[in-house]
Order: sequence, then C-alpha cells, then structure tokens
Amino acid sequence: MSVQTWTYILVGLTFALYIGIAIWSRAGSTKDFYVAGGGVSPLANGMATAADWMSAASFISMAGIISFAGYDGSVYLMGWTGGYVLLALLLAPYLRKFGKFTVPDFIGDRYYSKTARIVAVICALIVSFTYVAGQMRGVGVVFSRFLQVDINTGVIIGMIIVLFYAVLGGMKGITYTQVAQYCVLIFAFMVPAIFISIQMTGNPIPQLGMGATLNDGSGTFLLDKLDGLSTELGFNEYTDGSKSVTDIFAITLALMVGTAGLPHVIVRFFTVKKVKDARKSAGFALLLIAILYTTAPAVSVFAKTNLINTVSNEEYSSMPVWFKNWEETGLLSFDDKNKDGKIQYVADGSKNELTIDNDIMVLANPEIADLPAWVIALVAAGGLAAALSTAAGLLLVISASVSHDLVKKVFKPNISDKAELWVARGAATVAVVIAGYFGINPPGFVAAVVALAFGLAAASFFPAIVLGIFYKKMNKEGAISGMVVGIVLMLFYMTKFKFGWFDGGTPADWWFGISPEGFGSIAMIANFIIAIIVLQFTPEPPKDVQEIVENIRIPSGAGEATGH
Amino acid sequence: MDFIKTKIDMSEKQKKASAYWKENVRYLFILLAIWFIVSFGAGILFKESLDAIKIGGFKLGFWFAQQGSIYVFVILIFVYVRLMNKLDKKYVYDE
Repeated sequence: MSVQTWTYILVGLTFALYIGIAIWSRAGSTKDFYVAGGGVSPLANGMATAADWMSAASFISMAGIISFAGYDGSVYLMGWTGGYVLLALLLAPYLRKFGKFTVPDFIGDRYYSKTARIVAVICALIVSFTYVAGQMRGVGVVFSRFLQVDINTGVIIGMIIVLFYAVLGGMKGITYTQVAQYCVLIFAFMVPAIFISIQMTGNPIPQLGMGATLNDGSGTFLLDKLDGLSTELGFNEYTDGSKSVTDIFAITLALMVGTAGLPHVIVRFFTVKKVKDARKSAGFALLLIAILYTTAPAVSVFAKTNLINTVSNEEYSSMPVWFKNWEETGLLSFDDKNKDGKIQYVADGSKNELTIDNDIMVLANPEIADLPAWVIALVAAGGLAAALSTAAGLLLVISASVSHDLVKKVFKPNISDKAELWVARGAATVAVVIAGYFGINPPGFVAAVVALAFGLAAASFFPAIVLGIFYKKMNKEGAISGMVVGIVLMLFYMTKFKFGWFDGGTPADWWFGISPEGFGSIAMIANFIIAIIVLQFTPEPPKDVQEIVENIRIPSGAGEATGH
Repeated sequence: MDFIKTKIDMSEKQKKASAYWKENVRYLFILLAIWFIVSFGAGILFKESLDAIKIGGFKLGFWFAQQGSIYVFVILIFVYVRLMNKLDKKYVYDE
C-alpha cells in the first residue's frame, strides 16, 4: 500500500475515534464543561495533561530545532520539563485545594479585586490565542504534505473536528480525547525513533542509542562522529553551544517558569478529585512527557547525522525521492551556487547551498531512514493528534475566560448554569473560527509571539500565584502592580528587540546579554520585587483572605471544584 | 468556659497547621535545590568542566542538559508525592 493510502486509513481511524469519544462524553453541566465533572483519575489526567502540553511544536519542530542548535537546544528540553517540577511543588496542589474553575478565578478571589481578575483574563486570552494559531497552522502543514490537500482545506478540516468535540464535550470531551491522542502521538513518535536507533547503533532504546557506538563497525561513538562532521563543515561542535552561558540560563529559567504559569496547563489540575491526586497526576504528566522529551534529542542526533551523510558533497541528481518531495513543499531548497552539481552544506552562508526547514527532521525522518510506508503515515497521525489536543485545551481556556470569568463573574452574576453552558459553547465556537482565520492567514510574527507567550506567563501569572500561596500578607496592590510591571517590561523588551519599536536594537544592546526569549526571567524577578516593595506601603489583606491562604495550605477537605 | 475551650482548640489547630506548613516548605527547599543543581548547575553553569568526564558516548555536562536533568525532574516529583503523602498521614490531613 502507498504512503497516501496508509495515511488516509490511519488519520481516518484516529479521527473516528476522537469523534466517538466526544459523543460518549458529552458535557451536561458547566462543571462537566470546565473541569470534566471533577472526577478524572490521576493517570488519565496525567495523559491528558501530557497531550495538552505536547503541541505541534513539541512533536514536529522541537527535534529539528535541536538538530540545528545542538547543545543550545537544551533550553527547550530542560525548560519545558523543569517547569513541571515548579508546577507540582509550588502551584498544582494549592490551586486544586482552592477549588475553582480557572486561573483568573484564583487571582480575582485571592487578591479580592475585579481589576486583578480582569488583568488575569487579558493575560490568559493573549497567551492562549497566540498559541492556538500556531496549532491550527500545524494541522494545515500536516494535511498538505501527507494528504496533498491545500493547507487552507487542512485547517478547515481541523477546525471542524476540534469544534465538534470541544464544543460538545467541553473539558470532559477534551480530557478523554486527549487520553486517546496521547497514545497515538507517543506511539507515532517512538516507532520511527526506535527503528532508526536500531539501524544506526543496534540499540533499540533511542536514549541509549544516542550515546552508543555506530553500527558500521568503526567503533566510533555517534556523538563524536557528529561533532566531527559538524566541525568539518565549519559548524560548532554539536555538543557545544554558541549561546552565552548567561543567555542559556535566562532562557531555560523563563521557559520553566512560563510553563508553570500557562493557564491551559494549570486548569488541568482542577479536574482531579483530591489534592493528593493533583500532586500524583503532575508526576504522571511529566513522566509521560519525558518519554517524548528524552527521545527527541536522540532523534535530533540520528536525523542530523543521516542528513549530512546523505547530502553533503553528493551529486544533486543522485538524491533520493524524499529530497524532491520536500523540495516541492518549499521546506527544503537547493541553490547550486558554484555550479558543480554537488550539494555543499556548510556553515559559511556565502557557500552554503542547502536550506532546510526545522520541521523536516521529524516529518521526513522516516523517509530519510527508508522506513516502511505505514510508519511514515503514523507520523502524520501523530502530528495531527499533537496539534489537535493542544488546540482543544487552549480553546477551553479561552471559552472559560469569556463565559465564566467575564460574563458570569463580571457582567451577569445571576446567569443560570444552563445559559452559562451555552455562552461557553458559543465562545468556543467563535474562538475556533478566529484561530482558524489565523491558521489560514498566519501573521508573520507568530513565532516571535509564541516566545512572548512564555515570557508573559512567566512575568505575570507565576509570581502572582506563588506569592498568593506562599506569602500570606501579599495584598492586591502589590500583586497587581507586580503583574502590570512584569507584563509591560516584557512587552517593551520583546517589541524593542523583535519588532524594532522604541529605536530597536541589536544583540549587542541586550540588557545583561539576555535575549528577548530569556527576558521573561528578568521580568519575573521585577514582578516579585515590585510586588514586595509596594506591599510595604499599602494595607495588608483582609482577615478572611488570609484565612483562605491558610486554608489552601492544608490538603484535606478539598471538596469539589465549584464556580461559586 | 466553653469560650476558652474553643479558643484553645483553635490555637492547637493553628499550631498543627503551621508545623505542617514548615515541614512542607523544608521539603520544597531541598527538592528545589536538587532541581536547580541538575539543570542550572550540571547542565549549564558547570557544563564545560563536566564535559571532561565521558560516560559511554556522552560528555557528562551535555548528558545532564539533554537527558539527565529530565530523569531527575521525574524522580523529584514522585519523591515529593511520597513525602507529602507521609506528611499528610502524620498530621492526619489525608483523606
């Protein structure tokens, strides 16, 4: 059977499965819709969190980015996993005990202030929208490459599927679909990795294969070989970075803290029964995420070595079929500058003749390694599962922000449960349409803005929530001014160095040598400091708020999540 | 008399809560110190020097940055779960 037939079969089967689950787990109340009724088991919640977290970027792009960045790529690996330690130890159990539906709920109640709630809603909306546009684009790319449909048609098919189960099932539908999507995506990621690991090193475990010797009888370690190839072509050693230690440190910290502050991840912990379950499900989530995140750097090494071996100094006319296929998508291009008919892939920009998009390293990896057709089709189904699951989780945050945090808590407090459910569904529909629009007409700044989303979450939510739990006397004046200063500082730095506003600037002008991607950590520290300074000059919070804080520190009597 | 009795109960309850919280925060400090050492320490600040040590094909600093730190993160959360479950039992906050 051809790759295309296999792809239709696998994608069709998985989509049918998602829709089946959606029908089986329809939401009957706002509680079902926002927190899946509050009775999700820790393992199921761990799987759903993992699928929610691992987006098209983790599945399709990350291994490719690391391939080209080498050691510098470690910031994503540590940043996007280390954040879960912060989440599990500092946030999840207490927020579960607090027992509300959304993050703005916590900020609004803990800081006894509508302003704080609205600031939080705005942050949640900005973060979620920038994210979801990227996911829709990912769906489009997978469709266009593997099913030869137009990218826009692909986005629309994706929209309809997500709309169906997010709107019908809410958090309940999303949770159980995400459980299925986790299984699909992890299987799809691991199968090619294991195949290639065996091919190259004879070791079936990619995490070990990465550090093993090559299969070709030379006895050379794979990583040494890749370091050698890289320096030969004029690049840095693969295991050595080119970024400064300060910048690596700052970016890793910003990504970790940003991860812990992302609303669509935090809300997942509202869906379990007890505080104990919230802790445990954070552990399961990270374990399940770590399977992919420890395999990805191995895939990067395999793919990079394979790529250099296949293309470097070879005749263009002798390139395999996949090379031509990917040239057609525009993700790969060859420009024979010195007209010798051979491919020169080197660090020197004026001599380099090959341009490769990051995404190819995962998408084309099975083809480069000559794996069977069904494995290639599996990667397509996995990429779709990753993109759809994350999109659905984000849509839920958007719809809850609108229907719960704005309509119910600010504009129309006495709205009935049934009416609120319909507002939530309406908001989800509108959000899907907007996300689809951005997927079809992606604004050029999407990549820049996704980094901004982490910076924003780090600079705003994380300090406000941590102080809210660990600093009983923190008051609304301190928290609000901290959040505002953090966000504004972050926005200023991003727009200055990314878009050239406020006179722009070059990397030489970076403050403390920290890139915009890593600046979230500085903005976060500023938030903490401002909050504590302002606190010294303003009245302490009311007694009943201090009692709430004492209460969330004790795990027993969590009860069920409520919106009231 | 009843009034005084409730007051004593209250302060007993509060004492228990703050003792529990203190132990909790102590665990957090220890676990987060390890979290910092494996990632920011071994994977970033001391990466250069650790790279001199090689285990199989891996330079140690590089291994911590791309593999080791992640394994330790997973272990840390499960250790935390165990410690807290025990602590909850000790203070009878478990359910």
